[in-house]
Amino acid sequence: MSGNASQTQRPRGALEGLRVVELTSEAAALAGKLLADMGAEVIVVEPPSGSILRSRPPFAEDIEDRERSLTWWHYNTSKLGVTLDLDTEADRERFRNLIRVADIVLESEPPGRMADLGLDYANLRELKSDLVMVSVTPFGRGGPRRDEVATDLTVLAAGGPVWSSGYDDHSLPPIRGWGNQGYNIASLYAVMGTLIAILVRDERGVGQHVDVNMHAAANVTTEQATYTWLVARQTVQRQTGRHAETNPTMPTQVQCSDGFWVNTGVPPRVRSEFIAVHDWLRELGLLGEFSDRILLELGMDRERLDLSKLGEDVEIQAIFGAGREAMTLIASRLPSYEYFMGAHKRGMPVAIIYSPEEVFEDPHFKARGFPTPVEHPELGKSIPYPGAPIRFEGSPWRIRGRAPQLGEHNELVFESLAATSALRT
Amino acid sequence: MGSSALSHLRICDLTGQLAGAGATKILGAFGAQVIRVEDPVAGGLWDILRSLGPYVDDRRGRNLGGGFNNHNVEKLGITLNLRTERGKELFRRLVAVSDAVTENFAAGVLARRGFSYEELRAIKREIVYVSNCGFGHVGPYNRFKSWGPVAQAVCGLTFSSGLPDMPPAGWGYSYMDHAGAYFMAIAVLAAIFHRNRTGEGQWVDLSCTEAGATLNGPAMLDYTVNRRPLRRDGMPNSNRSQFGEMVPHGIYPARGEDRWVAIACRDDADWRALSELLQEPWASSPRYATLAARRDAEDVIDRQLSAWTREREASAIASLLQSRRVPASVVQRPGERIDEDPNTRAWGLWPVVKHSEMGEVRVEGLPLHLSETDWEMERGAPCVGEHNELVYGEILGITRAEMEELEKEGTI
Repeated sequence: MSGNASQTQRPRGALEGLRVVELTSEAAALAGKLLADMGAEVIVVEPPSGSILRSRPPFAEDIEDRERSLTWWHYNTSKLGVTLDLDTEADRERFRNLIRVADIVLESEPPGRMADLGLDYANLRELKSDLVMVSVTPFGRGGPRRDEVATDLTVLAAGGPVWSSGYDDHSLPPIRGWGNQGYNIASLYAVMGTLIAILVRDERGVGQHVDVNMHAAANVTTEQATYTWLVARQTVQRQTGRHAETNPTMPTQVQCSDGFWVNTGVPPRVRSEFIAVHDWLRELGLLGEFSDRILLELGMDRERLDLSKLGEDVEIQAIFGAGREAMTLIASRLPSYEYFMGAHKRGMPVAIIYSPEEVFEDPHFKARGFPTPVEHPELGKSIPYPGAPIRFEGSPWRIRGRAPQLGEHNELVFESLAATSALRT
Repeated sequence: MGSSALSHLRICDLTGQLAGAGATKILGAFGAQVIRVEDPVAGGLWDILRSLGPYVDDRRGRNLGGGFNNHNVEKLGITLNLRTERGKELFRRLVAVSDAVTENFAAGVLARRGFSYEELRAIKREIVYVSNCGFGHVGPYNRFKSWGPVAQAVCGLTFSSGLPDMPPAGWGYSYMDHAGAYFMAIAVLAAIFHRNRTGEGQWVDLSCTEAGATLNGPAMLDYTVNRRPLRRDGMPNSNRSQFGEMVPHGIYPARGEDRWVAIACRDDADWRALSELLQEPWASSPRYATLAARRDAEDVIDRQLSAWTREREASAIASLLQSRRVPASVVQRPGERIDEDPNTRAWGLWPVVKHSEMGEVRVEGLPLHLSETDWEMERGAPCVGEHNELVYGEILGITRAEMEELEKEGTI
């Protein structure tokens, strides 16, 4: 089927022609969504009682209902939905029939479960020799901790991101950020693994099994915390809203006059930047009260600061610090958006710290078409969703439809499957 | 030698730092020939990680940055001055024999050197061009510079990490440089797949802030559907479950200095198992049997549970809970998860590569294994211009005499 794409008017998605069978799960749902929004045909298989994601809050209008979970909605756009009870032989056979016409099977069952069902890679490749199977598990399929139970929180705690995040005050716990980032990271690797395996299959005709380890994924997503240990056996310590470091660094977050927080980003490093900040202070009438003015002017005398000497060269340290202080003073006196725009206008990369939903109201995100309307016919309305994470200019990313209702595509999928099998035999 | 998975792909790679170099590292580990093109005038120091620590010993210099080595294993490195006409001509020849061009400069930098997508396409019609920057190449902020902490703050990820009535805790590292790199690797692979199927190349405009904004989906729908913003009283409280779906759920103090344990009760059964372990009157009480009841009493439960965990070793708590099938884990320090956790060792997560100047160094491997064509990491990051001879000589067929001339005039 995949080699026989139909001719349509609209441009094709990057992954059009691929068929994915996804066993619904929390950890791999994003992988399925990414593949689907990039054009693959993704059939998500739920138990007859519905995916666990359907029980996850929040719910539309706070009405607890398996068709109203916003978590289900978000992670299952563009997918076809079928129900199968894999504990029955009849439905396992239906599942096998799906596999026979699939390119990829994506799953995040507990290790051992697929084997117990007789649906592990060794079984499934008998049905389709070049099948790509992608398994996402908390600790990998074969590792010593494979049987531990885990959630996003415990994986991120075991894997390093939590150790590095939190506050200067270490009597407060280290912090795990929201958004199920442990699952997200694993899903991103699952997509990479899927695509690499598919490129290999297309080139050489061999399928394979991709084993994605969430704990390992967290371990290699902590930037310098990991390589500072690997290279120098030193341990970074968490700091409020900025990089965990082996030696303390200056605060970077400032509360603006409107109460929003900003990050002062990369402070001035080259002459033109020191001049720009100096000018900005003057324009705002703040030069007089800025106590490190002389250091700032020393920065204006140098072509650039050699940041590799930070921590060794006292003068560089002081000048660099004065630049940060100047940005901090300005931020504390301006409303956040004015500070953000003013700094960027002067070439300084700073950040406004948005709450996630505020992105929808920002002119840049709007201009790029990030908020993406998705039709919900049952509710008689269209709802803005987060849009393309990757903007493909030649093979558009696209949400092809809202998440499926429970069993919505049973008939379509199993009937066309019957027709396909008939054609193929 | 090396993985065979992507050995038929050649990437003309202008990336640096982590957001870009982290992407081509993955492609290189799977066998793509990644040719890192660096500016000889700046000595490759556009990528500041080249000379930044950690260091293996007392030596310093542009070939000795530990982070740089970590992010650039298995790549070839050449120098090429794109300001000069001869440099541009060599670059055209390299593009002509490449499958993809990757970069994460500020928007417009490569185009100003004369290599916009249209110009790249004129050199090779089916070229895949992936640009990656903080705000993308299109839109009102396209001139804004960025780095990891900026990208993750603007997209909402910094805000959604923290405690109530406190400043954002955010991420203690450039999370969006990692995630941006992952999206970038996906972009290259998907565009190559599309090219293989259709014969068409394309430009992919990756914006890290946009990519990051997709990583908080349910919270964003809570706003667009229920008009409930995350910026509201008591929010965030991000060690707790995001929407109250699990209680208790948090990071609790353990015995010892800065020791912590993460515990998540997924459902009522997990809570029963935990309360049996605790054997304390407050926990055994049937009043906390349901999620709704536990949610109402979450502050009290957290306080009581903390009093229990504080008296015990983090690892003992985690094993005890795991023995009852309740998710729990020590908040592991780098040394623990890297050198003591049997799971990362068994996975082969810390391979040793050989770097021409640094010698043998451990680096981060990859968290996925492919049963037929797995990744491999043997060679460390390239020193500045380390592979000029190989790339210019063997791949572009330039003679030794020519190369010497190019070197003399500062083109390479």
